[in-house]
Amino acid sequence: MSYKTIDEANQAVAAKIVAGSPFLLDVVSAKSVIKELNEGKVLLHAGPPITYDKMVDPIQGACVGAALFEEWCETEEEARKMLESGEVKLIPCHHVNAVGPMGGITSANMAVLVVENKTDGNRAFCTMNEGIGAVLRFGAYSDEVITRLRWMRDTLAPVLSAALKTKEDGLNINVLVAKAIAMGDEFHQRNIAASLAFLKEMAPIIVGLTEIDQTKREEVVQFLADTDQFFLNIMMASAKAVMDGARQIQEGTIVTAMCRNGHEFGIRIAGMGDEWFTGPVNTPQGLYFSGFSEADAAPDMGDSAITETFGVGGMAMIAAPAVTRFVGSGGFYDALNTSNEMTEICIDTNPNFPVPTWDFKGICLGIDARKVVETGILPVINTGIANKKAGLGQIGAGTVTPPIDCFEKAVLAYAKKLGFTE
Amino acid sequence: MLHTIIKANSYQDSIVLMLLTNKLNTIDGVQNVSVMMGTPANKDIFKTGGLYTDELEKASSNDMVIVLDIEDDSLIDQVLTEIDVFLEEQTKGGGDTTGEEVVKTWDKAFELGKDAGVVVFSIPGTHAALEIEKALDEGKHVFCFSDNVAIEDEKRLKEKAHDAGLLLMGPDCGTGIINGIPVAFTNAVRKGKIGVVGASGTGIQEVTTIIHKLGGGVTNAIGTGGRDLKAEIGGITLKDSIMTLEKDPNTEVIVVISKPPAPEVRDEVLNLLRSVSKPAVTIFLGEKPTSHEENLYRAYTLEEAAQTAVQLLNKEAVKAVKETLTVPAHSFKPEQKYVKGLYSGGTLAYEAAMLIKEGLALTGDEHAPEGFILKNHGHEIIDLGDDVYTQGKPHPMIDPTKRKEMLEEAGKDPETAIILLDVVLGYGSHANMAQELAPTIKDIKANAAADGRELFVIGTIVGTDEDPQNIHEQETIMKDAGVILCDSNAQAVRLALAILDHPLTQTDKAIEAAPAVTPVAIEPTEEMLALLTNQGFINVGLRSFSEAIINHGGKVVQYDWQPVAGGNITLQKALQFLNKVELGK
Repeated sequence: MSYKTIDEANQAVAAKIVAGSPFLLDVVSAKSVIKELNEGKVLLHAGPPITYDKMVDPIQGACVGAALFEEWCETEEEARKMLESGEVKLIPCHHVNAVGPMGGITSANMAVLVVENKTDGNRAFCTMNEGIGAVLRFGAYSDEVITRLRWMRDTLAPVLSAALKTKEDGLNINVLVAKAIAMGDEFHQRNIAASLAFLKEMAPIIVGLTEIDQTKREEVVQFLADTDQFFLNIMMASAKAVMDGARQIQEGTIVTAMCRNGHEFGIRIAGMGDEWFTGPVNTPQGLYFSGFSEADAAPDMGDSAITETFGVGGMAMIAAPAVTRFVGSGGFYDALNTSNEMTEICIDTNPNFPVPTWDFKGICLGIDARKVVETGILPVINTGIANKKAGLGQIGAGTVTPPIDCFEKAVLAYAKKLGFTE
Repeated sequence: MLHTIIKANSYQDSIVLMLLTNKLNTIDGVQNVSVMMGTPANKDIFKTGGLYTDELEKASSNDMVIVLDIEDDSLIDQVLTEIDVFLEEQTKGGGDTTGEEVVKTWDKAFELGKDAGVVVFSIPGTHAALEIEKALDEGKHVFCFSDNVAIEDEKRLKEKAHDAGLLLMGPDCGTGIINGIPVAFTNAVRKGKIGVVGASGTGIQEVTTIIHKLGGGVTNAIGTGGRDLKAEIGGITLKDSIMTLEKDPNTEVIVVISKPPAPEVRDEVLNLLRSVSKPAVTIFLGEKPTSHEENLYRAYTLEEAAQTAVQLLNKEAVKAVKETLTVPAHSFKPEQKYVKGLYSGGTLAYEAAMLIKEGLALTGDEHAPEGFILKNHGHEIIDLGDDVYTQGKPHPMIDPTKRKEMLEEAGKDPETAIILLDVVLGYGSHANMAQELAPTIKDIKANAAADGRELFVIGTIVGTDEDPQNIHEQETIMKDAGVILCDSNAQAVRLALAILDHPLTQTDKAIEAAPAVTPVAIEPTEEMLALLTNQGFINVGLRSFSEAIINHGGKVVQYDWQPVAGGNITLQKALQFLNKVELGK
């Protein structure tokens, strides 16, 4: 396909996003779907490419946890030595059709969600949500964390896999998203409605899986009931699947990925294919759990900004009045202003997901890097805040923006690719 | 010491509790505090935060738990009260309920402002030309407050506007009333059937406020920008505006105001006014007409222009309004011979200089130094709004600092007999200028008196009883400070001249037959006529302009303008390239 103008190409990318139809098919071991994980000691990480020495403490901690989980070694010291020596190959999740929350550390035997975008036939993967507190994604690697990951591998994944396989086409995610957005979720900070809707779909099936030990079924239902953010990771994989489908169109200035590795923020735009445009990450602004402050916060991390790329999360702040005060100290009108402002850097709204609190206007559709550069308005990303020390987990939540550099570099590079000379 | 307080069955959202915690941590004497629901996960967070107590175990997920680290136990009650107050405030909601949408791009501004007929600009002049063009391309009239636009750009854009059937008011257009809605620095004036076109901001303010005081009204006062009647521009906006008012069913009298125009442009304008059907009044400052024509009345002062317009509106005979000036007794010292005018309104300063020159028959020294409208022997008329005084500083209508300094100087000068000044009210002006100036005026009068000199301060207030400032209060403050207040600037100057024993007499002018007219073919477009009933605006720049529009029933989209790409030229070019590039080539 060829397009006459950038606006036309952008419209085509946006049309692909609207047409995207993600289905949750299965939960499987990462190595069974990501071949790169079978080639020696390999870990996936969030954000654009990075080396171990540049990783912030919580992400290094997550690497340690993954090494222990994979039984590559028995102690933290051994794990660190192994990682420092370069024995472990590091690959960005995005390079293997995956996305990872916070540190995004994903290893061969971790369980991943499999989402297929039925429109384009492409798939995306993401680990499951571990709950809150001491968890790998925030850099914790205690026995409790490893034990939970093993339970997720041995119990949660097989039970969910069996449940999903009873559905012929898998689970239609757009339906859940449309329902949950009307119930006050924005899918980054707040996923409780979608998580409950997911549980509502799964619980009757799980109960009926009589070939599986009852204790396991009870544990899984209890875990899903306890894990308010379970749907976030499903949303991430779905957004990745849809955005990867859309970026098959390799023209235009629509942002197709945003992610961060604690060191750099990276974006991709349709016209520049796989190339990352990076800038130094910011530290989130937000509310902290007691005893913590911005001084304890790790810089911004995670592939979860794929949700904002798709149009939810901070872009759809107005959808979730319950979390609006993360915007700052403001309330409803601050959230309204935020979402209204986001429409100025997007080319349209997505009719599939009307937001009741926005007078049923659809979520933002298609961040145009040109408009970001033109106006200086940056996408707002809702995010969790990790302790800058590994192992201490989440200390708050808030919002963060990408550095403008990413967008400026992307716009300049694309202009030059098309023949612009300074 | 740690204290644990459990409020059973008191569920609050975690965000509310985090905000509450932040607030409690600001109380003096509180070393640390945390408020959370008593869930197992939260109990772990209490541990990592160093606030764990054994009593926490008793709390359930439905209980609100407060752990407080304080030395002084008496703080507990205060904390509990703060918690109750905070939670109660939370339920009240509030915040911004006007729902006014603020935009940052043209796309959004045009989308939301598709019914807006006028775009108002107050952005740095170097960027104005490009942005004016965008607004004209969208079919919008433009009111450009911004100055420092190149005259070549002004000419090009005015021609473009004219060809598109639109009006470009400005650049450097400080004042306008559109459909009764004040735009930029403007007084709140009663609506009515006198239509004004003016190439002078304070000129429009003086004329419209006097019309208001005389019981008349102005629904539309179209500013053209100060350069419109220069030869280079040729009065493009002024001529289109006159023809628009001519076709307006709600306009009965047309007033044209200008600072000294290029003679050939003035002649064209006069020719045009002779060809319109409605009675017209002109004031070209600096010209002293000796007669009127049928249907075309020529004023000498701004006050006379306003009076004539109201006489025409009321179908009364046009004649000079005879005033009796009460000349106060004075005891000037022999060296006290001179008038010092310290004006915030440029046109008012010009008018004062013109009258003083005439009244005192001043000759020679026409080339006053920069910043002076008149400097002749000891007489001085200064426009404090001149660039010389405002570079990097606010306009004297907003900031009294410079004027206070100069008042002190003029007061000390033993040769000063009379100080003239103006207080300009209206939107955009200082909220209480009289109060700012009064102490200085009192001081300089007292100091002069102590020195055995009597010092007169004569002033005028340009404003109406509908202005955001309270005009009656302003009058009282000025009078209490010892200022002799006059109803108009012209009157103030004539009083000064009378005190100096050089009274200016006003004479009736004969009304002569109109000379032959060269037919003029200017037809206002539908868009031009629609301007006169326009309600919608896109305000690009200063937010205070939006408020005045909203206060008068207008609708406004506020566009918080910033230069594209933060002013980065390379990126601007790259964006321009991307916006125009053809793909697949």
